[in-house]
Amino acid sequence: MLSFLFSRLLSTLTVVFGVVTLIFLLIHIVPGDPIQAMLGETATPTDMESLRHALGLDQSLWTQWWLYMTNLLQGDLGTSLYSKEPIVDMLIERLPATLELAFAGLLVAILLAFPLGSIAALRKDSIYDNSAMMFSLLGVSIPNFWLGPMLILLFSLTLGWFPVSGREGALSLVLPAITLGTALAAMLARMVRATLLEILNEDYIRTARAKGLRESAIIIHHALRNASLPIITILGLQLGTLLGGAVITEIIFAWPGIGQLTIESIERRDYPLVQACILVISLSYVLVNTFTDILYAWLDPRVRYSA
Amino acid sequence: MLKTQILIPLSILFIWLILAILGPWLPLDPNHIILPNILQSPSLEEYLGYDDLGRPILDRLIMGARTSFFVSFWVIFVSLTVGTLLGALSAWFGGYIDLIFVRIMDIFLAFPGILLAIALSAIMGPGIENVVFALSVVGWVGFARITRAQTLSLKRREHVIAAIALGAQTPRILRYHIIPLLLAPIIIEATFGIAGVVIAEAGLSFLGLGVQPPAASWGSMIRDGSSYMLIAPHMVLAPGLTLLLVVLSVNILGDKLRDLLDVKNHQS
Repeated sequence: MLSFLFSRLLSTLTVVFGVVTLIFLLIHIVPGDPIQAMLGETATPTDMESLRHALGLDQSLWTQWWLYMTNLLQGDLGTSLYSKEPIVDMLIERLPATLELAFAGLLVAILLAFPLGSIAALRKDSIYDNSAMMFSLLGVSIPNFWLGPMLILLFSLTLGWFPVSGREGALSLVLPAITLGTALAAMLARMVRATLLEILNEDYIRTARAKGLRESAIIIHHALRNASLPIITILGLQLGTLLGGAVITEIIFAWPGIGQLTIESIERRDYPLVQACILVISLSYVLVNTFTDILYAWLDPRVRYSA
Repeated sequence: MLKTQILIPLSILFIWLILAILGPWLPLDPNHIILPNILQSPSLEEYLGYDDLGRPILDRLIMGARTSFFVSFWVIFVSLTVGTLLGALSAWFGGYIDLIFVRIMDIFLAFPGILLAIALSAIMGPGIENVVFALSVVGWVGFARITRAQTLSLKRREHVIAAIALGAQTPRILRYHIIPLLLAPIIIEATFGIAGVVIAEAGLSFLGLGVQPPAASWGSMIRDGSSYMLIAPHMVLAPGLTLLLVVLSVNILGDKLRDLLDVKNHQS
């Protein structure tokens, strides 16, 4: 397990290193002068020079990269061009809202996918199976930036059950969580179905049946338990889609998280803040994936010995 | 049964494709503002009605289809070419080249979903070429990963070893002995890729990072429409349903194609 942990953490570190470098390089692909783009056409040459100096853009690429890396390691992401606040504080302020939304979306996905996928697998080719797979096909095809407005139109504006937007109380979380979780639920339901179908043919399921176990005990203790391993891996990988989708979901529902901060900072051409937002979301994804891999290895001894 | 399941999505896509290609020659007026018609609902005479500026929605949907298909075509073309080539070469040469290449793929895969595309289009500024670039930067990895995995197993097959033994050069082996066998998984990846790109382009335009007004995109039409949902629901329904239908059709075709092309699984 230790050597597995070590090699896994090493590869995570190289990926983190690459991600940070790529995000650092982002500001250098701004067409023309990034300083001009940030300050607009009316900027005076003195303003431009002082900002260029403040951001360190007047130094060589290597020096800039070195400064970016060392500052980052010390937890310093610079200050926002727009609000002049330290970026780290802004991110910390917004992070809880995004985490809350992501967890709620994940919960929606799991709560929908496991029952749907299980019923579909147990009653293969029945009307339940067909409708579950139809839902799944619709779920992966419906864009969240359309599903969100439709849910608002139906449940907020027409029925008045949930608030239209904002983050106040548990009710305000419901529609954003459904908007965010649907696509993942759809993908996951398919996975659960496929994995269960495979497992239900295994010998140990036949043995369990022969022992006269109740069907529910077979499904929950024997089948779903073994199906959970491949599903955890898929879940970890698909969390990226969830985090990316959170950006759009936060915009639809005016949810005050990092996604909304990302788009706000893009509109204000606050590039250091844009970089920091992208960095935080990507690094969370990398961390979640590393954690999933380790969890997987811990649950399944075969993985850690083959690594 | 199977035939209708394929025919319906195929004809939906075909109709939109024809409309999109013929767009410039059709009597369309997507940017013509008719003030008395602002927010007018759909009807037999007015087709799909008018938007908040008094522009005809059907005409804008067709121009939006052009945007969508243009972006999808180029993104898939670029990602497929670059991804397949790099993936095959990396697996073929192996060793340190492959090791470094896998790390590079890991770095690109570390960006969640559409986020890297959002970052790139934000920094490069809006515009259809930048959308194509941003989505290709995200899209090539999927093709590279599949090609690499398949090539790794293919290069140990007897017919490839025979080709090496006969003294065939690398480009010839890749061209005649490896890439033809990769076609099935690549075609499937490309089909699902189209669905992804159509949604992603609309998503970027929804965020204001895609094509710029007055050019039409289904995504920006949904964004504009969501401000008028109570008084003019057709503004958000029309582009949304169109987008859903097109993506659904592509996904259904992808599923059927996967069943059809996945010959190996049926034999073993």
